[in-house]
Amino acid sequence: MSFGVENLTVRFGRVTALDAVSVVVRRGEVTALVGGDGAGKTTLLRTLAGLVEPTSGTVRRPGVGRLGYLPAGAGSWKNLTVAENVSFIGGAYGLSGADLADRADPILERAGLADARDRLAGQLSGGMKTKLGFSLAMLHSPDLLVLDEPTTGVDPVSRIELWRMISEAVADGAAVVMATTYMDEAERAAFVVLLGDGRVLLSGEPDELIGSMPGTIVETDAPVDSSLAWRVGPVFHEWFPWTVPDGLTWLRPDLEDVCIAAELRDRLIPVGDTQ
Amino acid sequence: MRAMILKEFRELRRDRRTMAMIIVFPLLMLIIFGYAANFNVESIPTAILGPGAEQVAQQAPDLFDVTVVDSTGTSETAQTLLRDAEAQVAITTDTEPPTAFIDGSSLFAAGKAVGALGRLGDRITVDILFNPDLITSWVLVPALIGYILMFIGTVVTSIGLVRERENGTLEQLAVMPLSPVAVIVGKIAPYFILASIDMVIVTVLAMILFSIPFVGNVLLFGVGAAIFLFVVLGVGVLISTVSQTSGQAIQLAIFFLVPQILLSGMIFPIEAIPWGIRWLSYFMPLTYYTKISQGIMLRGAGLDSLWPAFVVLTVMAVFVFTGAVLRFRRDLTPHRVSEAPVQPEGAPA
Repeated sequence: MSFGVENLTVRFGRVTALDAVSVVVRRGEVTALVGGDGAGKTTLLRTLAGLVEPTSGTVRRPGVGRLGYLPAGAGSWKNLTVAENVSFIGGAYGLSGADLADRADPILERAGLADARDRLAGQLSGGMKTKLGFSLAMLHSPDLLVLDEPTTGVDPVSRIELWRMISEAVADGAAVVMATTYMDEAERAAFVVLLGDGRVLLSGEPDELIGSMPGTIVETDAPVDSSLAWRVGPVFHEWFPWTVPDGLTWLRPDLEDVCIAAELRDRLIPVGDTQ
Repeated sequence: MRAMILKEFRELRRDRRTMAMIIVFPLLMLIIFGYAANFNVESIPTAILGPGAEQVAQQAPDLFDVTVVDSTGTSETAQTLLRDAEAQVAITTDTEPPTAFIDGSSLFAAGKAVGALGRLGDRITVDILFNPDLITSWVLVPALIGYILMFIGTVVTSIGLVRERENGTLEQLAVMPLSPVAVIVGKIAPYFILASIDMVIVTVLAMILFSIPFVGNVLLFGVGAAIFLFVVLGVGVLISTVSQTSGQAIQLAIFFLVPQILLSGMIFPIEAIPWGIRWLSYFMPLTYYTKISQGIMLRGAGLDSLWPAFVVLTVMAVFVFTGAVLRFRRDLTPHRVSEAPVQPEGAPA
C-alpha cells in the first residue's frame, strides 16, 4: 500500500513549482526529498497534505484523519501547554480520556516531554518544540506522515531522538515522507528523491543512486573547472561529466556528491536536451 | 547612519500598507475631521402639533425644519414622535403657553433648540425628554458600547486568526479532520462570547457610574448587539484573510475603526456633516448600532421605529459574514477545489 503523486504539476500563476513529478511513498518506509532552495520540496509536501491545489496529475493520500503533517517551523500552538496541545489534537481526532492518555503518554515519554506537560509550547527549546510538533503529528497513528524539514535547526541530540521517533513510526507501519537538507539523513531513508527547479532530477534507493551516478568525481587541490567543483574540508571535489584528465584521484561518491553532480548535470544538459 | 536611513526608506517604499497609513490616512483624517467635526446643527427636524399648528409652523424660525404638522396631535403624540426619532423637537399648542418637547438624546440639536426657544421667555414651556440635563455621557456611552464591540470584533478577532497564519498552525488545522465550518465557528465563538460579556459589563458599569438610564427592551438591545457583532466579527475575519501579520491586521483595523468614530454620529451629529462626506456614514455599521443603542437605552424606542436600522445591520451581517466565511474557508480548503483527481487510499493509482 502506498501513497504519493503521479505526473503532478503545480503552477502558481506563471511560475511552475512542480513539473510532472512522480513520487511513491510506501508504508513502512521513509522517503526523503532533497534539493536546493526553491526546488519544490515544500510544495510537493503541501500538495500531498492537501494544502495546495494541483494543476494536473494524481495525488494519492490516505482518507480524512489518516494523515499527520508537520509544517516547517511550526507544529504546535505556542500559547498552549504541552498537555493542552495534546488535548486539542486528541479531541480533533476523536481521542479523549484513557484512549488519549494511552496513546499520548508513551509518545511524550519517548519525546522527552513527559516532564514538560505544563510548560507552554512557546517556551520550549527549538528541539523540544519540534519533538512536540512531531508527537502531535503522529498522535492519531496516521497512515502517512508528512514532515517538512523536521530536523532543520535542531541540535544533534534532538535530531537523533527525532530520528528514533521517525523510525518507530515507520516500524508501526506509517509511510513517512520528509524534506531534509541533511544528506546523512537522506542516506538513512529507504528512498531518496532529488528535486531541482520543480523536477525530479534523481530518485531511487541511496545505494542505487550512488551506484548510478553519471560521470566521475575526483578529489583535487586544484580544480580544472571551478564551476564544477565544490569544497569538502581542505580539498575540492570536482565532477567530470565525460572524460577525466590523467593523474586525478577518482573518488567513491557519497549521496551529497551524487546530488550535487545531478544538479550540475541538469545545468549543463537541461531536460529535453538530446546531447 | 546614512545606510540605516536608506534601508528604512527602502523597506517603507515596499510596505504599501504602511505607506498608505503615512500618506493616505492623514489626508483622509484631514478631510473627514475638517468636514465632519462640526457640532453646529443648522436644521432641527420639528413637529408642530395641536390646534393652530399650521399657523405656528409658518412662524417657526428657520432653525426648526418643520417636517410634521398635525392639528390633531397631542403631547402624547409629541413624545411618541421624539421617541421614534421622527422629530427632535415637537411643539404642542394644546397647552397654554405651548410646550416644546425636545429630544435630549440628540445632544447638539437639543442644546441649540433650548438656546433658541429660551429666547422666547414665558411664551413657551420647554420640556427636555430622555436626557433632561443634556449630559454628554448619556449619549456617548451607548455608542461607545458599539465601539468597544467593534474593537473586539475587528482588532482582537483578526489578530487571533492571523496568529494561526503567522505560526503556521492554520495549515495544521486544514489537514485535521475538522470541517471548515467547525474551524471558523470554533475560532469566532470565543470572541463572540467575550465581546458579549464585555458589552454587558460596560453597559451595567455605565449605568452605575454615569447613572445612564436603560428604559427600553433589554432583549431587543441584545439582539441588536448580536447582529452588530456578526458584522464586526465578519470584518475581523475578512481583515485576517488579507493580512499575513498581526501588524497588517492592526493597520487595516485602524482604517476601519477611526472613520467610524467621526462619521457614525457617535460624537458629531450626522445631520451636521455635509453630504459630500455624510454618505459614508450610511455604509458604517456603527451608525446603525448607535441609533439602536441610543434609541433603546435612552428613549425606549421599539422595533416599530428602529426596524430600518435592524434591517440594514442584518443585511450587512449577512453579506460581510458570508463573504468572510467563504474567504476563510478558501484558506482552509484549497484541496477541495482541486481540479486533479485526488484518490483516497486503496484507489487505483
